[in-house]
Amino acid sequence: MFYVSMFFQYASQYLKTRFTYRVDTAVEILSDLLNQAVNLIFILVVFGHTTLLSGWNRDEIIFIYGFFLIPYALFSAFFNIWDFNERYIVKGEMDRVLTRPVHSLFQIIMERMELESLFGVITGLAVMAYAGMNLSITFTWYDVLIFIVMVIGGMFIYAGIFLSIATIGFWSDSRTDIMPTMYNISNYGRYPVNIYNKIIQFVLTWILPFAFVGVYPASYFLGRNEWYGYAFLTPVMGVIFFAMAVLLWNTGVKKYRGAGN
Amino acid sequence: MSMYIEMIRVRFLMMLAYRTNYYSGILIYSINIGAYYFLWSAIYGGKEEIQGLSILQMTTYVAVSWMARAFYFNNIDREIAAEIKDGKVAIEMIRPYNYLGMKTMQALGEGIFRILFFSVPGLIIVALIFPISFSTSPSTWFFFFLSLIFSFIVNTQINLLTGIMTFFLFNNAGLIRAKRVVIDLFSGLLLPISFYPGWAQSLMTYLPFQAISYVPSMIFTEGFAGSEITNAILLQAVWVVILLVPIRLLWSLAKKQLIVQGG
Repeated sequence: MFYVSMFFQYASQYLKTRFTYRVDTAVEILSDLLNQAVNLIFILVVFGHTTLLSGWNRDEIIFIYGFFLIPYALFSAFFNIWDFNERYIVKGEMDRVLTRPVHSLFQIIMERMELESLFGVITGLAVMAYAGMNLSITFTWYDVLIFIVMVIGGMFIYAGIFLSIATIGFWSDSRTDIMPTMYNISNYGRYPVNIYNKIIQFVLTWILPFAFVGVYPASYFLGRNEWYGYAFLTPVMGVIFFAMAVLLWNTGVKKYRGAGN
Repeated sequence: MSMYIEMIRVRFLMMLAYRTNYYSGILIYSINIGAYYFLWSAIYGGKEEIQGLSILQMTTYVAVSWMARAFYFNNIDREIAAEIKDGKVAIEMIRPYNYLGMKTMQALGEGIFRILFFSVPGLIIVALIFPISFSTSPSTWFFFFLSLIFSFIVNTQINLLTGIMTFFLFNNAGLIRAKRVVIDLFSGLLLPISFYPGWAQSLMTYLPFQAISYVPSMIFTEGFAGSEITNAILLQAVWVVILLVPIRLLWSLAKKQLIVQGG
């Protein structure tokens, strides 16, 4: 309960800061939309020259992309930790966080949230609706529940991977470029994994499971039963990877000694 | 003049001091090239060619356009925005050089560094992993480098414009991001312009963006031939001249209404 009220306090503070630079916030949301549009345009243009991409048709690919946008939007709204090392470890902000009686990870998530990213959920739903109508996909009532579980699972996978990388900061405050590298690898998850070679497929499934954020869960709704086994693993993978990250975080916080002076 | 050459030199040396940061950049670009390599292989399926480009030319196109990006890409829009926000720009403006000229020279120093320490080794590494064809004709290489210089100028001009907009928007991180996305799409980095439907292609001839990436990459992959090459380079030159106008205009307007927010 205490954490819920903390969330609303942080959120209201956040909105105040965003409304100071109103034009900029609007432009930022617009640029997010633009980013999503670019990827859609890419798919549309490409399918002007081909009908199938490793067995997936245009609307299926669009549907997968639409699905991907939703867990990704939740992730970017609440797990904006790509500069954790510079911001908290190098500058010593972590000391301030640790003196407060709220879990350190929760505080950092709250301090760094970017609620405007949640617009991606709307875009994702719209994209899925468009593709779903072209494919005449039927939804039953329990599909909604499965959808929510899959989305949260996908978000946890993203969060788990990036949090785990952020915890490196507890052991070494030297600059690493693993974070941006990982962001670029995560782009591989937007497309069906069977376009890649076997090694990359394996990595995207078991080591850096970005395929569980897009193609695997989406294939359940597309009725592609050859992928169902993977689809239902999504929440399991999410829980495993997120739990691992929290474990690493807690160990890291115990290990943390501050960055000097 | 020697003052500006000094600016190029200093920025080059500054980048050289932090060169280890760039090794991971090569890795990141290779990851991106890899993603598009697999994507394009799947798109081609069994097709011989799409829009006159074979799969080999397409892979080359992807690799070269990313490595060329390392040359023309710079963050001077962000630097200008930061200097406006912390008030430094006021000091810069009373110094005996042209502020925008200085920024351009710094960008050039950065570009020269990156082409030597990033693009060249990067392209060699990528060529070892993916099938890429290098032209053997010296004229292709000559026109490629010529058009690359123009892509740098056009991209820098757009960055200057974006940076100057901070004078009017105060905080323009959003605009800077949006500009980046627009350039990635409309410059031909992600998709050759010839792949777009006809109406979009004709719309894009009225925009400066294809001068940034499409032209040098098409020259390199020999997707352009004969008069197409010279026309494309002429088009780049025309854009360089046209873009000078809004820069001049906005800059003189900005100087009049400068508000130093801090410092």
